[in-house]
Amino acid sequence: MENMKEVILEYVIEEYCDEENDDVTFDTPLISGGIVDSFSMVSLKRFLENKYNISIPDADASPEAFDTVEKIELLVKRFLK
Amino acid sequence: MAYSNKIKELYQNQLKGIQDAGLFKQERFIKSSQDAEIVVEFPVGSPPKKVINVCANNYLGLSSHPDVLKAAHEGLDTRGYGMSSVRFICGTQDIHRELENKVSEFLGTEDTILFPSCMDANAGVFEAILTSEDVMISDRLVHASIIDGMRLCAAQHDTFKHSDMGHLEKKLQLHADKRLKVVINDGVYSMDGDTAKLDEMVALCEKYDAILFVDESHSSGFIGKTGRGTHEKCGVMGKIDIITTTFGKALGGASGGCVSGRKEIVEMCRQKARPYLFSNTIAPVVVSGVLRVLDILSQSTERRDKLEANTKFWRKGLTEAGFVLKDGDTPIVPVMLFNAKLAQDFSRDLFDLGIYAIGFFFPVVPQGAARIRTQISAGHEMHHLEKALDAFIQVGKKYEILGKTKQEIIDRYGC
Repeated sequence: MENMKEVILEYVIEEYCDEENDDVTFDTPLISGGIVDSFSMVSLKRFLENKYNISIPDADASPEAFDTVEKIELLVKRFLK
Repeated sequence: MAYSNKIKELYQNQLKGIQDAGLFKQERFIKSSQDAEIVVEFPVGSPPKKVINVCANNYLGLSSHPDVLKAAHEGLDTRGYGMSSVRFICGTQDIHRELENKVSEFLGTEDTILFPSCMDANAGVFEAILTSEDVMISDRLVHASIIDGMRLCAAQHDTFKHSDMGHLEKKLQLHADKRLKVVINDGVYSMDGDTAKLDEMVALCEKYDAILFVDESHSSGFIGKTGRGTHEKCGVMGKIDIITTTFGKALGGASGGCVSGRKEIVEMCRQKARPYLFSNTIAPVVVSGVLRVLDILSQSTERRDKLEANTKFWRKGLTEAGFVLKDGDTPIVPVMLFNAKLAQDFSRDLFDLGIYAIGFFFPVVPQGAARIRTQISAGHEMHHLEKALDAFIQVGKKYEILGKTKQEIIDRYGC
């Protein structure tokens, strides 16, 4: 079974990173670190919802909840059926 | 009582936080007209000092041109000072429509609508033409005014990596189910000075039936062989659906902006764009000035040619001196310093040597990407640029950054 954190990290690196920040890890600050801005968060939310067949309410899709891969995993698990 | 001590202290603490972080911006008072040389009082209370300005958007040196001033005076005399009205009530003079037509001709578009600023144009256009069934796909480095305009719009939003056409194509494929797709970017990026790949974007938009939007505020008047803009440079004139641009930079430097492009889209703005409906019309004096600017630029490429030559000299000089620059060939030339305090100290030292250039740091640019953003003008003569270059080199030596890499500068000064 896929490791969720690895799947999320792979997407984050593919979607947001270039050679200047290719050392992103599970606890790298993504939003507060400037790697993902608030507009770009939308595509990450969409990816998670499609990948895991969940719906994340907008109120829960906060910059804090999306700030690291670890936190994102926790958020996804809250809404997994 | 309104505005209690509690509220006052809240803001005082926030302002102190900005100062403590080294991110506080201070204005300088300029006591002359905008030109290659200006007279500046800085700090407040000190004797005014004549300095060479290398940070204005006065790319063509027209901000104080005698012909433009004369036209503006004639506009004041024949059309008055202010219209006291939004456009659609009683704020449209014949010269407003004349300017719209002239802009359409200059940019090679079907129609144009004026706005009080390009900030207003960008704030109004997306909401006027898109709904929640649509998507805006923007380059990640688009101007702040575009971000604000997108926030006002109900359409969904996605982004693509800066200037990455492969990533843009993936996003166009991802959003194939949307009613309308709009690809959004700057023609020339205002902080990095690089140019959009408009020819590739046009091809992608044609392939995926998307609308293409370009903000040409740092292009109109001087990019392309005859200064029509990035679309001229990329060989795609007539293929951009929406162009926004400003009259507050190369095109005279006063104020005003516009949406220019497909006539149905322009008409939608005329009917629905909130800044057009609810904000005062451009003053006649400004309209008159811009009309003259467009005449000057349509008659000769002398100014944009001189700007091109000045830019080559400046970029070559800074590169050979060993500064870290961003790649590009536009008159926007960021000298990268990475650390906010270094950028501010560098700016202050340049001022002491008679050069006016401001440090840019967060939130204007990303954290760790502080810089002095230099902007070259056709108004600069060679002696201005030589003196400015000498000063940059002198200050660069003081801080021991010449010939150093980005990492070496960051290791020494932090970011």
